[in-house]
Amino acid sequence: MKISLEQVEHVARLARLSLSEDEARRYTEQLEAILEFADQLQELDVSGVPPTSHVLPIYNVLREDEEQPGLTREEALAGAPDSEDGQFRVPAILEG
Amino acid sequence: MAMWRWSVREMADRVRAGEVKPSELTEAVLARIRETEGKIRAFLHMDEEAAMSRARGLDGRAGEARGLLFGVPGAVKDNLCTAGVRTTCASRILANYVPPYTATAVCKLEEHGAVLVGKTNMDEFAMGSSTENSAFQKTANPWDLNRVPGGSSGGSAAAVAAGQVPFALGSDTGGSIRQPAAFCGVVGLKPTYGRVSRYGLVAFASSLDQIGPITRTVEDAALVLQAIAGRDPRDSTSAPVEVPDWTASLTGEVKGMRLAVPREYIGEGTDPAVAEAVKRAVETLAGLGAVVEEVSLPHTKYAVAVYYLIAPAEASSNLARYDGVRYGVRVEGDNLIDMYGRTRSQGFGPEVKRRIMLGTYALSSGYYDAYYLRAQKVRTLIRRDFEAVFERFDAVVAPTAPTTAFRFGEKIEDPLTMYLNDVLTIPVNLAGLPAISVPCGLAGGLPVGLQVIGKPFDEATVLRVAHAYEQAAALKLEPAGL
Repeated sequence: MKISLEQVEHVARLARLSLSEDEARRYTEQLEAILEFADQLQELDVSGVPPTSHVLPIYNVLREDEEQPGLTREEALAGAPDSEDGQFRVPAILEG
Repeated sequence: MAMWRWSVREMADRVRAGEVKPSELTEAVLARIRETEGKIRAFLHMDEEAAMSRARGLDGRAGEARGLLFGVPGAVKDNLCTAGVRTTCASRILANYVPPYTATAVCKLEEHGAVLVGKTNMDEFAMGSSTENSAFQKTANPWDLNRVPGGSSGGSAAAVAAGQVPFALGSDTGGSIRQPAAFCGVVGLKPTYGRVSRYGLVAFASSLDQIGPITRTVEDAALVLQAIAGRDPRDSTSAPVEVPDWTASLTGEVKGMRLAVPREYIGEGTDPAVAEAVKRAVETLAGLGAVVEEVSLPHTKYAVAVYYLIAPAEASSNLARYDGVRYGVRVEGDNLIDMYGRTRSQGFGPEVKRRIMLGTYALSSGYYDAYYLRAQKVRTLIRRDFEAVFERFDAVVAPTAPTTAFRFGEKIEDPLTMYLNDVLTIPVNLAGLPAISVPCGLAGGLPVGLQVIGKPFDEATVLRVAHAYEQAAALKLEPAGL
């Protein structure tokens, strides 16, 4: 077993996905198959090989710290499911 | 010839010569879309009135300095942000999203005078190889309405193949421009990573994503790329390199050029009829004086495994932003965490959730080294394979996809089988190279794509080889019965 149902449920919590029991079972099987396939990478000797996270030799890109036009508050809030007093509104986080 | 059949080049030339008005071109393609869209379903949304009013506005600007695409109608994939126009990524979670800004590539099309008629269908968040993962509709392949157009830019490729528009933009993370172009018998170009600004492209896997054109001719691909390429201060990964005049490289001349055919791309797993069509295309290039040699890209077989760890890992991070707070759909819950979970579970489709799960797992504590970090190291080996070949060769030529277009439902139930269809396009994204798919004939009545892969920022050679082949082969490929 590469991955258990418990691990799938743990990963779902990390990813903020509420999976149904049926989904969790299906993803366990499918992730199992994909990870088994990915296991072929273990057969390669990668000692001394640097990782590639990005193909371009670009690191820090800087510009002058000048004021530039951005979105207005109305524009930024226009797509929000809920807003109030010019701010995003979310369900209460603290009890009481 | 009916106006909708004209190439981008022909449309732009005739507008420039005053032989046709932009509004006449837009009217002609809108009529063609009305005629064919019931069968193809390439578009997620269109605004005919807005397109016509834009085109009429251009009618009145005769004599002004004009762009490369002045008056030419086109379409863009629905993961490119368009201010004031819905941008859904074919996802329920963005079903109502109207961006407040426009992607740089789309702005550039408009600056060059293009008329955008609509947004095309795709696999949800560009995750898929058949466009079947769209939350809204399935798009049919114009060559056989029972088959998929490929994906994830399936709407763009089908629209161009059906004559609905002469060009469309797509995005390519693991083959999403080239594979649908191959399946639909059109030209698809994935530029070098960094060639086109990704600002306003909804992010899937940021180290792999790149925007590019889908067209009916290689010259049109060069023209559209010319319009959208270049450094953009709003995308720090857009490269500060010179943008050459690509049409100048379309000489038809490949004499003495060195072309490599990787044996891993034509062996086991590639449909023999596809391999045969590509072999004939390579012979055509040899007939034009190119020097062709077989080579090995020994780490090819690891590319799918590498990609399906790296791309989902990046996606799981990029898609964390869809939380029902700032934009998109919210599903209410008992508390904040519950709201997040419900919103994301109901908003994302099965493939997107699968990849978020896979990516979160690959990045999670205890598995990071074994999966994600190891995949990044093998990515280096795949890049080195190409670097070694490019020391001796000008370009690599190969099939674009191992098969022709498959039937609806044929692969959708088994994710791994679907992933394996990307085996010949994925290595190019991992290495950040430019590559084009150009039609090279039919196998069993369905189009086959010849892929030409080049050195970083050498789109000129890629376009030159593809164009020389296209001109020499002079195939007249058009789907019947539309």
